[in-house]
Amino acid sequence: MTFGSANSTNTTVAAHATAIRLRGVTKTFGRGESAVKALQGIDLDVPAGELTMLVGPSGCGKTTLISILAGLLSRDSGELNVFGTDLATLRRDRLAAWRRDNVGFIFQQFNLVPQLTVAENVSVPLVLKGESVSASVRKANELLTTLGLEGRGKSGPLKLSGGQQQRVAIARALIHEPRLLVCDEPTSALDAELGRRVMELIRGRSTRPDRAVVVVTHDDRIFHLADSIAHVNDGRIDQLTRGAAHARAAPTPTTSTPGSNPN
Amino acid sequence: MWRFAIKMLFGDSAKFYGILLGLGFASLLIAQQASIFVGLMSRTFAFVGEVGHLDLWVFDPTQSFVDDQKPLRSTAIDRVRGVEGVAWAAPLYKSLLVATLPNGVRRSVDVVGIDADTLAGGPAEVVAGSLADLRLPDAVMVEIGSSQQQLRLPADLAPGAIPAPGQVFDPNGPTRDVEVGDILELNERRARVVGLVKCAETFVAAPTVYTTYARALSYAPQSRRVMSAVLVTANEGEDVAALAERIRTQTGLEALDPNAYAMRTLSYWMRETGIPINFGIAIALGFFVGVAIAGQMFYNFTLDNLRYFGAFKAMGASTWRLLGMVALQALVAGVLGLGLGLGAVSAFGLNAAGGKLAFKMLWQIPLIAAGAVLIICILASVISMWKVVRLDPADVFKGP
Repeated sequence: MTFGSANSTNTTVAAHATAIRLRGVTKTFGRGESAVKALQGIDLDVPAGELTMLVGPSGCGKTTLISILAGLLSRDSGELNVFGTDLATLRRDRLAAWRRDNVGFIFQQFNLVPQLTVAENVSVPLVLKGESVSASVRKANELLTTLGLEGRGKSGPLKLSGGQQQRVAIARALIHEPRLLVCDEPTSALDAELGRRVMELIRGRSTRPDRAVVVVTHDDRIFHLADSIAHVNDGRIDQLTRGAAHARAAPTPTTSTPGSNPN
Repeated sequence: MWRFAIKMLFGDSAKFYGILLGLGFASLLIAQQASIFVGLMSRTFAFVGEVGHLDLWVFDPTQSFVDDQKPLRSTAIDRVRGVEGVAWAAPLYKSLLVATLPNGVRRSVDVVGIDADTLAGGPAEVVAGSLADLRLPDAVMVEIGSSQQQLRLPADLAPGAIPAPGQVFDPNGPTRDVEVGDILELNERRARVVGLVKCAETFVAAPTVYTTYARALSYAPQSRRVMSAVLVTANEGEDVAALAERIRTQTGLEALDPNAYAMRTLSYWMRETGIPINFGIAIALGFFVGVAIAGQMFYNFTLDNLRYFGAFKAMGASTWRLLGMVALQALVAGVLGLGLGLGAVSAFGLNAAGGKLAFKMLWQIPLIAAGAVLIICILASVISMWKVVRLDPADVFKGP
C-alpha cells in the first residue's frame, strides 16, 4: 500500500499494481450550519493483492470512505479509481452493475435473508449476475462445503451460530469472485479465535494479485493480519502502518497525507 | 430474484397472513356487498323475467317500475291489438289483494291475472297441477318454496277439506303448507288452489297467486282501470323496436321490450332510493379497510425487509429489479387475497342460495373486486416502493 505519495518506502507494495486510488476525496453530509464534513481530502492507494484495514474512532469517516470506494456513495470531489474504473463517471445503474460484477460485501449485521435458505443467500450475487437459481445454489453449496458448512445449504440462516452465519456471509461475498472485497466489522460479533479464523479465511481467499480487500474494523485482535492499516480520524487519514509487524507495533505515521492537516 | 421475492413474502408468515387477511377481507366485503346489492336490485324486476315468450310490455307511460301500478282502461288491449305488426296481445293483472285463510289470518298476496286463452304471463315453473287448470272455476295457483311470507293453513284442516260449520281454528295454532285442493278467500270470494308454482324472489314480500285475468278482476275492487299491462308478441320478422314505436304513437302507452322494462325498474330504484348509497358505503368501507390493513401490513413487511433490499442494492441489484420484486410480492399477495375473498364470497353465495338473502354475483363483480384489490396493492406497494427507491445502499453499513 502506498499512502500519500508515490514514494513509498515499501518495495513489496510498490511491486503491486494499485487496485484503488483516491486523491483528494471529500464528502460532506447536509448543508449550511448542519453540514458534516465526513471526508476532508482523502488520498489513498490500495495495492492489489493486499488486505487493508481502515481503523479509527466512531464517526471518523471509515464507513463513508468504505462506502465511496465500494461505489455505494458518491464523493463530492476528488479522484476515485477502482481497478481502472473512474467510479465518478458511472451513472447509478452502471454503478450498480459495476458493484455486482466487482465487489463482494461482508456486512457487520450479516444481512442474511431469514426467509431464504443458506445456499440461496449465498447464491444471490450469482443470481443478480443472471445465473439461474438452481446453478447458483449448486455453486453455493460447493463453496459452503469448502468453508466447512457442508450440508447446511438448506438450513435457514437463523438456525446457524454466529460464526457459521459469518461464514455464510463470507461465502456470499466471495461466490462471484469479486475483485474487491469490502468488509464492515467482520469480527465484531465473533470471539477472538473465531474472528481470527474468519479473517484468515478472508485473507486466504481474497488477497490474490488481481484482488484487494478493505476491512473496516475496531478489532485490534486482527490487526496483525493486515498488510496495511490506515488510521482514519476526523475525515482524514492521519496515520498509516504497514504490514503485520507494523500493525502490532505502536502506530507511527509512515508519511503524512498530502493536502491534509495532520494536526 | 423473483423466486427469492416470493420466498421472502411467504417466509414472513405472520405478515403474509396479515396481508392475505386484509386483502381477502377487502375483496370479501366488496364482492359480497356488491353481490347482495345486485341480488336485491334484481328482485325489483324479477317479475319481468318470469314472463317469457313475449316481445313487448305495454303499460302506462307514467309507470316508473314494475310494481308501480298505474292501471289501464280495459280498451287498451283492443287498441294495442289494432297496431300493425302485433301477433297477439294479452292482458295482465297484477296487484296486491288480501287473502283470508281458514284460521282467519288475513295476508297480502300478489295476485297475477293472466289471459285465460293464451295463458301468457304464467309462472315459469309449475310444481303441482297444470297451468291449464287455471281455467277451472275459482282456480288459483299459489306460490310455494320461496322465502316470501308463505300462505299457511291450519294443520288440523286436511288438504282440500272445507271447515265444518262452526269449526274455528286458532290463528296462532299449528299450520301446514298450502296444498292443491285447499280453499282460500280472496277479497271474500272463494279461491280453490289447483296448482302450486315457484316464482323468482321479488321485492314484494307477499306470495304470488296466479289466476285468470277475468277472475282476478272479480277478486279486485271495482274500478274502471284494472289492467296492469298488455303483453305483446310481434309478428314473425317484425322489427320489435319499430313496433314499440308504433304502439307508443298510436295508443299513447309506453311499450318496452322485457330488458328495457327491467332496466326502467332498476333505474327507478337506483335513482330514487338510498339503496345504492348504503351499499356503496359498505363497499367503500371494504376498500378502505383493505387499504388500511393490507396496505399497512405490506408496508411493514417491506420496511422489515428494507435492510435486505439494501444489501441487494449494495450487491448490485438495480432499483428497477427491487421495485419488480416489491411489485411481484404485492401481485402475489393480491391474487391470493382476492382468491381467498372471492372463494369466501362464493361459499357465502352458495350457502345463501334459495334463502331470503338476495345474492347475485355477476361476472363483473369479481373483476371489480380484482380492480379494487389491485388498487389497494398499488397503493400499498407504491409507498413501499418509495422507500426502496429512496433506499441508500450505503445504509447497509450503518448499525442496527
